[in-house]
Amino acid sequence: MSDWTLIFFCGAITYLTRFLMIAILKKEMFNDRIREVLSYVPSAIFPAIIFPAIFLDNFGQFQFEDNPKILAAAIAVIVGVLSRNIIATIFSGLASYWFLIFVV
Amino acid sequence: MKSSLEIFFKGVIDVSPLMIPVVPFGLIFGILAIDIGFSPLTTMGMSLIIFGGASQIVLLQLFSGGASSLVIISSVGAVNSRHLLYGAVVSEHVSDLKMVWKILISYFLIDQAFARSNDYLKKSNEKNKHFHLIGGGATCWVIWQSTTLLGILLGAAIPEKLGLSFAVPLTFIAILVNDFRKILNLIVIIVSGLVATLGFNLIPYKAYVIVAALAGLFTAMILTKVIGKKNNE
Repeated sequence: MSDWTLIFFCGAITYLTRFLMIAILKKEMFNDRIREVLSYVPSAIFPAIIFPAIFLDNFGQFQFEDNPKILAAAIAVIVGVLSRNIIATIFSGLASYWFLIFVV
Repeated sequence: MKSSLEIFFKGVIDVSPLMIPVVPFGLIFGILAIDIGFSPLTTMGMSLIIFGGASQIVLLQLFSGGASSLVIISSVGAVNSRHLLYGAVVSEHVSDLKMVWKILISYFLIDQAFARSNDYLKKSNEKNKHFHLIGGGATCWVIWQSTTLLGILLGAAIPEKLGLSFAVPLTFIAILVNDFRKILNLIVIIVSGLVATLGFNLIPYKAYVIVAALAGLFTAMILTKVIGKKNNE
């Protein structure tokens, strides 16, 4: 599959998830139960990217020792929970990471 | 009755504070795409065609990990399943509109615009209240395209040694800052993260994102059911 075909399909599925309910629903058809479960989608999906990117090295092997990403991510989580600020979260994590790899 | 233009600009103003965090996302996306080896044109094409930050970063992450197209597309679909919820909520406010408006509104149904317009749509009785969502979505569109472009330009200048790929987990941590505070969300986060990490090498076709997300949602289903029952007793 060429890059452009891949991008097109990713775009199509993204658009479809946005369009589907608007196009077919007349009134509210989702009950509270489905809504409640769907509200957990971000918590269910994003850690699947976050955890391997922190705990595994470039070859997919566990990396617990000598891994500055763990401490930097922990700092970002703490700053995020305390500040609820997206930019502070990203930059505290990046700054700690750079400090650990370039200074320490 | 307010004019459509007034409502459009109300949408622009209401969504503006939420645009500040979009800036680093767009920059990081542009920089990483160039880093991975996409051309400036394909990188810009992703932002124009997909127009979804999380989807595009998941695409980059899996593409650079060598996942197949089918896995990438289904993972992007899984990331986007939250839009079904947004669409379901918005649909009752736009059900009387012509199809051409529904097609346009769907392109702009993104996290930030939904978050702001959801409140407005509920309160307003105006017939043209959907212009609020279009205003918010269009604002985000401009910010996303321009920061992608800026990221592409920076991407050529920023050395790989900076380890900017670490910005990917950080941006997703940032999306979840409010969820880390809730115990049920925290359990779902840990289940999904563990399944993805342990399954990274075991689950074939790099389908770990989908498997982990399903495990997380399944956990959420059970937890909310158990807790819900407790509250009713």
